[in-house]
Amino acid sequence: MSGQSVFPRLEPLLPRVRKPVQYVGGEGNSTVKPWESAAVRWCLMYPDAYEVGLPNQGLQILYEVLNEQPDVLAERAYAVLPDLEALLREHGVPQFTVDAHRPVGDFDVLGVSFATELGYTNLLTALDLAGIPLRAADRADEHPLVIAGGHAAFNPEPVTDFIDAAVLGDGEQAVLDITDVIRAFRAAGSPGGRAELLARLARRRLVYVPAFFDVTYGEDGAIVAVTANRDDVPARPVKHTLSDLDSWPYPKTPLVPLAETVHERMSVEIFRGCTRGCRFCQAGMITRPVRERSIDTIGAMVDAGLSASGFSEVGLLSLSSADHSEIGEIATQLADRYEGTNTSLSLPSTRVDAFNVTLANEFSRNGRRSGLTFAPEGGSERLRKVINKMVSEEDLIRTVSTAYAQGWRQVKLYFMCGLPTETDEDVLGIAKLAREVIRAGRKASGHRDIRCTVSIGGFVPKSHTPFQWAGQASWEVTDHRLKLLRDTVRADREIARAVGFRYHDGRPGIIEGLLARGDRRVGRVIERVWREGGRFDGWSEHFSFERWERAAAAELEPLGVSLDWFTTRERPEREVLPWDHLDAGLDRDWLWSDWQDALRASELDDCRWTPCYDCGVCPTMGSQIEIGPTRRTLLPLTPVPSLPARAATGATTSASATAATATAATGQEKARAAAAP
Amino acid sequence: MPPRRPDGPPPPPPVARVRLRFAKRGRLRFLSQLDLARSFERGLRRARVPIAFSAGFSPHPKVSWVGGVPTGAASEAEYVELALAEDVDPEALRVALDAALPPGFDLLACVPAEGGPLAGRIEASRWSVRVPGVPAEDVSRALDALLARESLEVERRTKSGRALVDVRRAVICGVCRASAHDCAILDVVVRHTTPAVRPDDVLTALGVVAVPPLTFPVPPEPTRLEQGLIRVDGTLADPLAAPSGAPNRSETDRLAGRLTA
Ligand code: SF4
Repeated sequence: MSGQSVFPRLEPLLPRVRKPVQYVGGEGNSTVKPWESAAVRWCLMYPDAYEVGLPNQGLQILYEVLNEQPDVLAERAYAVLPDLEALLREHGVPQFTVDAHRPVGDFDVLGVSFATELGYTNLLTALDLAGIPLRAADRADEHPLVIAGGHAAFNPEPVTDFIDAAVLGDGEQAVLDITDVIRAFRAAGSPGGRAELLARLARRRLVYVPAFFDVTYGEDGAIVAVTANRDDVPARPVKHTLSDLDSWPYPKTPLVPLAETVHERMSVEIFRGCTRGCRFCQAGMITRPVRERSIDTIGAMVDAGLSASGFSEVGLLSLSSADHSEIGEIATQLADRYEGTNTSLSLPSTRVDAFNVTLANEFSRNGRRSGLTFAPEGGSERLRKVINKMVSEEDLIRTVSTAYAQGWRQVKLYFMCGLPTETDEDVLGIAKLAREVIRAGRKASGHRDIRCTVSIGGFVPKSHTPFQWAGQASWEVTDHRLKLLRDTVRADREIARAVGFRYHDGRPGIIEGLLARGDRRVGRVIERVWREGGRFDGWSEHFSFERWERAAAAELEPLGVSLDWFTTRERPEREVLPWDHLDAGLDRDWLWSDWQDALRASELDDCRWTPCYDCGVCPTMGSQIEIGPTRRTLLPLTPVPSLPARAATGATTSASATAATATAATGQEKARAAAAP
Repeated sequence: MPPRRPDGPPPPPPVARVRLRFAKRGRLRFLSQLDLARSFERGLRRARVPIAFSAGFSPHPKVSWVGGVPTGAASEAEYVELALAEDVDPEALRVALDAALPPGFDLLACVPAEGGPLAGRIEASRWSVRVPGVPAEDVSRALDALLARESLEVERRTKSGRALVDVRRAVICGVCRASAHDCAILDVVVRHTTPAVRPDDVLTALGVVAVPPLTFPVPPEPTRLEQGLIRVDGTLADPLAAPSGAPNRSETDRLAGRLTA
């Protein structure tokens, strides 16, 4: 296949679409390699709009890891918005990558990263535009292998019709190993074609190949068994766990987009995994155990990333950044290092304690103290025990008082609605907390005009969590509770004007729930929705609940199941869950007992600070907790020479004359870099 | 409680100002003015240009843009002025900053700021518009028809609704020729007005005055070639040329020569 750029055909279409700049590529630190130079070619796709997908760290990491290999080429693709989709169809232009605008169908592998299930319909658009058969079963040897990754891939069952394989867990080493297998398979003359290549990948425990497993269903609609249909592949595909993150300091050179994106900053992941044990949190369960980067690696990554990108803000990412064993030292030393350089540091942490406020103060030494966010998640003490979020009301009030007293003007509080065992009372507890927060804030700050924003997300039960058995709250219940809460806050004259209230209706959460805990039968619902025009389901302006509801009724009811069956129904202990054959390391019995503990509102500590409670991950995966403190300090930065001073006046004209001659040179140099095929 | 103030000393005051001419080429023509500004500020940081910052909680680099180029249009003549906290060599600055900007965002010249404000040295633009799929004679005839009018208003969408712009009054002169690739090339000098008359508006106007009306099957590609003060002969004076004496035309000639070559 050719890998020929489609840009000449795309360019005339661009003046006719919204934000054409998102399709032109040209990001700083992006890589374009000659097509012929590569033995294995990856297209990495984030199935959402460019502005959302470009900042995605997972994709940037794999892009760099793969392109560092001399004989591997990786390019990126994002979902095209409906206006361009229509033009591409009209003019017969295929789905393209943004790097060299190559047809996605020409690559060896199409790796798709699903951060959320709401990207599934966009996968179908991309496949269709790329000329890749929608169903894996219809693909031939010349089509790319379609491999899903990302958190949603821990239950890929709803998209098994459309993908050839799924990678569970950390992708860094996995993509290199997959590449090795493909390279060797090619070198041997591709014996046995596509099916044999997939079998080799499965045998090496690199991927889960859905086609190698059969699912049988019982009279009641539930799964009877999921069994491997060949005896040469492992019965339980496992997740990948990276260890020693210091030796994988990616992204080293962050992508710098030309277009505006949702995160205008660079990010450094300071650790991976989280064992706080919040029972609703899939990310915390599937990324265990905690593996930290050391303070000096973090310092080096911040420095290298800033000089390579020119960004002026750095986010220190993780699932709970204030939990890094040396976060205090990291905060102080980075703040010292970048003092006076107009570089801002941010720590997306929502931990409810005074230390978190101290960290925020350190990171905003010279900046405006606008907003601080805390996430109690549950409105009542009892509910917080159910979800294992160990925050008392006193903790919260003390923390926000500290924040307001130290000059923060606005506090944001995150909660969830629709949690297991939740009652109207629990949700109304949020109004009570908000009132206490405002009162405490007025007292601590000494003035009345302080604000508190309450943001509420709908809870969606996910696979591989203690809540995987829970019945999801119906959208009617969610909407009813949110309305009750809103009315209560509005009616409270003392706080009505000080409290902002953000929430979404419960319907999209139900569809997310269907896709998150669905099995293979849900695939036909996705396909029908897509055929009827479903796109960008994460966007309220594109999402249509009615379309999903109709498609679910049409496709599921003849099979004896339904939208409710997949979402609001509580599962019994012995029911085979669609993802039970996929090994995230978590012991099923431990998950079940944690679910029972939840129902009894009984809490569980973090295994970083208390003994291991045998969730199963470490022994199964051969991994262990990797945390500091290292007691090392940041290395001083090497001073960079600044630009030479201006010569005495009079040299002006000659300087601009040199400018004219030099222009042609740099222009050509940069053009060469841009045109590198 | 008194409001917090930024700790530490205020940023150093500007000690020098430089003016830059830059091009926006190739696929970068799809950048908006905001996209350009964002890329430019990141380039300043990467090249470690000692830019001066405003004071306050969220200090901004002191970058003054002169006008702006429409999304979708390329340019060989955009201008920006920088305030510097150190008096660095303009040519060294240009080379370093150019290397830190994306290919297609190319710095063509950098000179110390002298004379009056830069905006006072710019009143019109010369545009070259590729019009694929339309015979040059048709565009030429439409242009003649436009120039024969006193006034010609077209409607155009703005942020705050719709506005009428008088294209005829803004167009100073123009010519149309055929390129080697069977594509009309329209060359027009347009005075800067409020609201601005853009190349799109000129094409809309040409479409309307032509008999029969002209349509453009493929979106035309405009490129701004020059900006400056209008000379008597309809050419534009280089806004970066030394303020005293005769205008320095060498730069413009060089560019024009290269572009037609
Ligand atoms: S196995 Fe033990 S130490 Fe490892 S993550 Fe689970 S509880 Fe923590």
